[in-house]
Amino acid sequence: MIRLGLSLLALLLALAVFGPWLTGVSASAQDLERVLMPPGLGEWLGTDNLGRSVVTRLAYAIRLSTGLALLSVLSAAVPGTALGLLAAWRGGWVERLLVMLADAVLALPGLLLVLILLAFAPGAIWPFYVGLALVLWVEYFRVVRAQARTLLASPQVEAAALMGFGWPYILRCHLLPELLPILLTLMTLGVATAVVALSTAGYIGVGLRPPTAELGLMISEAFPYVFEAPWLIIAPVATLLLLIAGLACIAEALRRAR
Amino acid sequence: MKRIGLLLATRLAQALFLALGISTLCFFLLRALPGDVAFRIAASRYGLDMVTTAAAEAVRAELNLDLPALRALGHWWVALLRFDLGVSAITGRAVWTELAQQLGHTVQLAVAAVALALAISAPLGVRAGLNPGGRLDTALLAGALLLRAIPPFLLGLLLIIAFALILPLAPAAGHLEQGTLFLPALTLALGLSAPLARIVRDAMAQVSSTPYYAFSRTKGLSEAATFWRHGLRNIAVPVLAYLATQLVFLIEGVVVIETLFAWPGIGHALIHALFGRDVPMIQGVVLVMSLGIVLFNALVDLVCLLLDPRERTV
Repeated sequence: MIRLGLSLLALLLALAVFGPWLTGVSASAQDLERVLMPPGLGEWLGTDNLGRSVVTRLAYAIRLSTGLALLSVLSAAVPGTALGLLAAWRGGWVERLLVMLADAVLALPGLLLVLILLAFAPGAIWPFYVGLALVLWVEYFRVVRAQARTLLASPQVEAAALMGFGWPYILRCHLLPELLPILLTLMTLGVATAVVALSTAGYIGVGLRPPTAELGLMISEAFPYVFEAPWLIIAPVATLLLLIAGLACIAEALRRAR
Repeated sequence: MKRIGLLLATRLAQALFLALGISTLCFFLLRALPGDVAFRIAASRYGLDMVTTAAAEAVRAELNLDLPALRALGHWWVALLRFDLGVSAITGRAVWTELAQQLGHTVQLAVAAVALALAISAPLGVRAGLNPGGRLDTALLAGALLLRAIPPFLLGLLLIIAFALILPLAPAAGHLEQGTLFLPALTLALGLSAPLARIVRDAMAQVSSTPYYAFSRTKGLSEAATFWRHGLRNIAVPVLAYLATQLVFLIEGVVVIETLFAWPGIGHALIHALFGRDVPMIQGVVLVMSLGIVLFNALVDLVCLLLDPRERTV
């Protein structure tokens, strides 16, 4: 399962990295004499209604989605984990306050926060980053807090503390190795969430603006040509599905390995 | 009783915190909009040719845009605590009136989706749970993983292509024709029923392996009577608790699916308010959605308390 997931991701990332280099055209280069070309030798995945290369646009779209997803997931995981550890370690009112904050954020659907922020700056990418990071940290906080509480009360941590080891040692040798698998699972799922959020907003027209190459936008732009040029809509749909399926496979494999 | 009180107090504090947070964010949104907001709102209300300075000044006074930021924020909060959501910047009607109308459509869609999801997932989950590891169980696991991996907007799109364009069985969008509810409800229901079937299956497998379940059959009850008496109640608790967590999924889904199928509910209204930068409307919709989640969670906590006597003593 993990092999399938990793090879799917490797395939898509290879397309993202080498695609533009192989086709040699930019994502916005139009060629109005070659519109809606079917996939073939010259154009692997054909051209769209403005004669732009679908391969190149897919490559840039994957770069955009994965880049945004990694950035927002990391920005959520680091403070989320730190706050979870803090809550488990300190307890008392610090913990109660943080738990309340987390519960409140949990009642706010992530997409809604992204949408409010998008009202500040329509068509910008930072609302996605900020909104996703602000919502996703809660999961890390909750999981890390729950696990760290049992770990901190465990005999090995008590023994290490009695032997005089400081908290950096305990954190590095007793807490992080135990937390790592579940953190990786959450991060894989978080990347999928971010990718879906970006493409959903793009598809319903509140996300990034044309001519950006983005999966959701590409799907909605291709919809009018669904019977005339089906490859145009199949390419971004398949890319999105393979990306999510790859991530889901990795998350499932990590979950089973725990 | 004490437990119920504590539970309600926590949820109330949560609701208050959320409401203040969202409303403050919306306040800053109103102030941060580029250009003269009062003029823009007046223009969208009376038409570009009819805007006068007087009309813009009236809007400015109405939204407290002439006050210094901190005092205006105070007014904004007081209005919120009095449940006054203001007036839609675009239509000029009270936000509550607009919401009441749209909420009906959304509730209709959500109820249809949850009912359809239960109708799909419950029978499959119970069958699979009675025979864990069987063929149906394996197929269900694979199907659930697959369905969950498809984002709702893509599922909706695929359903439109399949059932409205290729096989013209149901209309693709709108809400006035017969059968327009079907495709949006099915889209939401499929996304919900994938994990729901897993929950039903796990609960059923767990209940059917307990001694009391086996004993009730030993004492002569039929398979059906055993299920109704001992199975259903035990399955209901995890299913309800799970549905409560899925309300967030449902609300996100409602925003996307209503826009996709032009269903005139609050999700559709939110997207329109975003396009028009109608801040009072954005605030109203987001408040109703998130407070709805808190309220629903509180209700589910209470129902689980009533359904499961074990919870009461904890």
